[in-house]
Amino acid sequence: MKMFVCIKYVPDTSEAEVKVNPDGVSVDSSRFSFDINDADNYAVEESVLIKEASEGDVTVLSIGPKQSDVMIRMAMAKGCDRAVRIEDERIAVYDPLMVAKVLAGAIKGQEFDLVLTGCMANDDWHMSTGVALAEELGVNHASMVKKVEVLDGKKVKAYRELEGGLMEVVEVELPAVLTIQTGINEPRYAPIRGIREAQKKELKLASLDDLGLDAATVNADASMVVLEQLYIPEVISSAEFIEGEPDEKAAKLASILVKGGLV
Amino acid sequence: MGNILVLAEHRQGVLRDVSYEMMAVAPKLAEQMGTEVVALLIGSEMDELAKKMAAFGIKVLVVDDPLFKDFNADKYQKVLSVLIDDLKPAVVMTGHTSQGVDFMPALAVEKKLPLVADVISLEFAGGTLKATRQLYSGKANAVMAFKPADTYLLTFREGAVEAPDASASGSVEKLDSPLKEDLSYRKFVEYVEAEVGDVDITQSDILVAVGRGLKEDKNLPLIEELAKAIKADIAGSRAATDAGWIPHDRQVGTSGKSVKPKLYIAMGISGAFQHIAGMKGAKTVVAINKDPEAPIFSVADYAIVDDMFKVVPKLTEKLKELKG
Repeated sequence: MKMFVCIKYVPDTSEAEVKVNPDGVSVDSSRFSFDINDADNYAVEESVLIKEASEGDVTVLSIGPKQSDVMIRMAMAKGCDRAVRIEDERIAVYDPLMVAKVLAGAIKGQEFDLVLTGCMANDDWHMSTGVALAEELGVNHASMVKKVEVLDGKKVKAYRELEGGLMEVVEVELPAVLTIQTGINEPRYAPIRGIREAQKKELKLASLDDLGLDAATVNADASMVVLEQLYIPEVISSAEFIEGEPDEKAAKLASILVKGGLV
Repeated sequence: MGNILVLAEHRQGVLRDVSYEMMAVAPKLAEQMGTEVVALLIGSEMDELAKKMAAFGIKVLVVDDPLFKDFNADKYQKVLSVLIDDLKPAVVMTGHTSQGVDFMPALAVEKKLPLVADVISLEFAGGTLKATRQLYSGKANAVMAFKPADTYLLTFREGAVEAPDASASGSVEKLDSPLKEDLSYRKFVEYVEAEVGDVDITQSDILVAVGRGLKEDKNLPLIEELAKAIKADIAGSRAATDAGWIPHDRQVGTSGKSVKPKLYIAMGISGAFQHIAGMKGAKTVVAINKDPEAPIFSVADYAIVDDMFKVVPKLTEKLKELKG
């Protein structure tokens, strides 16, 4: 099974303060910590699991800065075989359709059975890149996949996670793109030996020119949407904020809950 | 100008909420654009559902064929591809759901049309369609402007707006199916129901829910103690169930359960919209989170900005004391 896995280097903003830069279209990321996107981490694990079960081969693809090499090496430490990091500031990265075109450019002309991506990026939430990539490559796809069974090497059975916890089971002929949902497996920690071996694996840096892509097809002019403005929405809360030291807050809350007959 | 074509989503014979919710958004946009809303149903035996959509006072187009009995992204893409050519709609809108996200990006690539996904509000002004969406854990909003195109594609977030009442009368028109034979390369096999656990959290009176802030499963006893003290059941966000701390059947949110307890205590949960969609039916919400910007506070009645590990042990102790 010859595979590609596409991963993204994203900021963890779950507990970070987000501020918009004076340009109005970017955020101050200087204090964010970056790592592999959640769903992509599961996609890496799934690719390695399939590789181990079928003597496969996995190439990592990522569009991102030099700093993301650490993340890419980690994916190789877990079992991926080689990687291509695409860096080119001309790519309109805010438009998943442009991103998909670049990834397709990095894959086209090579044989593959499966391309795995995360189903959603934590930073921009589009859930669009993988499905757009399938169309660019002219292959089948299934999105939000929470379980994969490889059938006879020509087909996969993909369990799509729908709303309410229902699963939709589909059979998809290979080659195909699957966008992987979090929770599909238990991502491993990279073994020490793997970390050493990853240093020797190939990590190629590619620009759009290296991929044979015309920048005019994936830049801001090519994108049919414009990121016009970013702003911080007002968090409207009608909550009663309980103040004090942690112990006092706890005591006050306990009293509110008991007196209000809530517990 | 072409119409605003809204794909009414349904599954297992029932219209999905987002189909109704889009009826709050599409008519306003139609007014701004000087056009009309038309709903589209793709399925098998759609008469009842078509009537329900027509009750929004709109025309409903129906592609009714046994080939569409179950959702299939490739078939939906084919139908919409043909209808875009035939009807030249100004906008095609679907839910940002497991259906919409499974074919709209491919449709956009195929038809070389612009797409904005996960839209929470829309405006058409000065000849430009603008769609607002969220980024960075819901802490920033982005306004995306569409460049002029024959058809704008967008997926609208489920639960972003309230559905309006439907009491008008519209019309239903059946269309010839653009698809004459089944596709072989992607096949629907079956639905598999969610696993059933020992506790049905949709029936719980009190829920204590944990998220990413729990950090590791060895911190669970802290939560179990609190739950025991107030006879609550334990639930979790997606992060907590993905990590294996909480069983999957106790996940609250879009892809898990929708709960409506009398009291919901959210600890270490930032409150992504997918989570809030599953717990906004709770009568009273307490949120404990160390991030003052956490979206969970927007739906809380009582809020504590602090480290849950500093607050929860004392809270449990005090509750035990007060309850005797």
